[in-house]
Amino acid sequence: MPDNEVTVTMKARSQNEAFARIAAAAFVSAADPVLSDVTDIKTAVSEAVTNAIIHGYASDPARDVRMTMRMDGGDIYIEVSDDGAGIEDVALARQPLYTSRPELERSGMGFTVMEAFMDSVEVESSPGGGTRVIMRKRLSG
Amino acid sequence: MRMRVDEGRRCLIVALSGEIDHHAQRETGAEIDHAFGRKRCRNIVFDFAGVSFMDSSGVGLVIGRYRRAREVGGSIAAVNLNPSMGRIFEISGLKKLMPVYGDVDSALSRM
Repeated sequence: MPDNEVTVTMKARSQNEAFARIAAAAFVSAADPVLSDVTDIKTAVSEAVTNAIIHGYASDPARDVRMTMRMDGGDIYIEVSDDGAGIEDVALARQPLYTSRPELERSGMGFTVMEAFMDSVEVESSPGGGTRVIMRKRLSG
Repeated sequence: MRMRVDEGRRCLIVALSGEIDHHAQRETGAEIDHAFGRKRCRNIVFDFAGVSFMDSSGVGLVIGRYRRAREVGGSIAAVNLNPSMGRIFEISGLKKLMPVYGDVDSALSRM
């Protein structure tokens, strides 16, 4: 497929987790991907957008989550960013089972799932300065 | 989501459906907790056959119910996981907390 890039901006509402997944699946569909790649990408997007909503913005629906999807050769790059609370200790946040909001019955597996389902995951964040998650996946076939 | 009770085994059988994400998690968890308490169950079998998507919110959902079952000396099991869900169960360590079976009858026979 030709290289392409799309950015969507969505309010920090939990309904938009599903929207983000569908948008990512629609974007990648032009490359005729295998179903397991689509599922992997949807799962990683769901984790990143949920983190932005819950942790970045404490579910404040007035705030914006941005998702940029880019196709470059056979690689798909997805960047999810917010201008919210940021993460004090990124290495700690990436640990399996770590959650800063145990009262929400979160599993603390968000970053671990992103890492398992994508080929690379970069996290840029600073307290008060928002968070940017950049994920890359090489499509099969 | 549909729920039924195996009275003999005091087991709530939860046939999950649709997409399990953060948006769906809270309401689904509350509905299961309500039925679990009202029917005086001890055990839960989660049937994932009708689930079209699940992220790590499903892990939070299951761990929350695992705690409820443990409080009353019960246990939980999962059936009909697709490969993606199985992977999430694997990396989160959920498979150490609960057995995974091929179908509901297999799970019930071991409850």
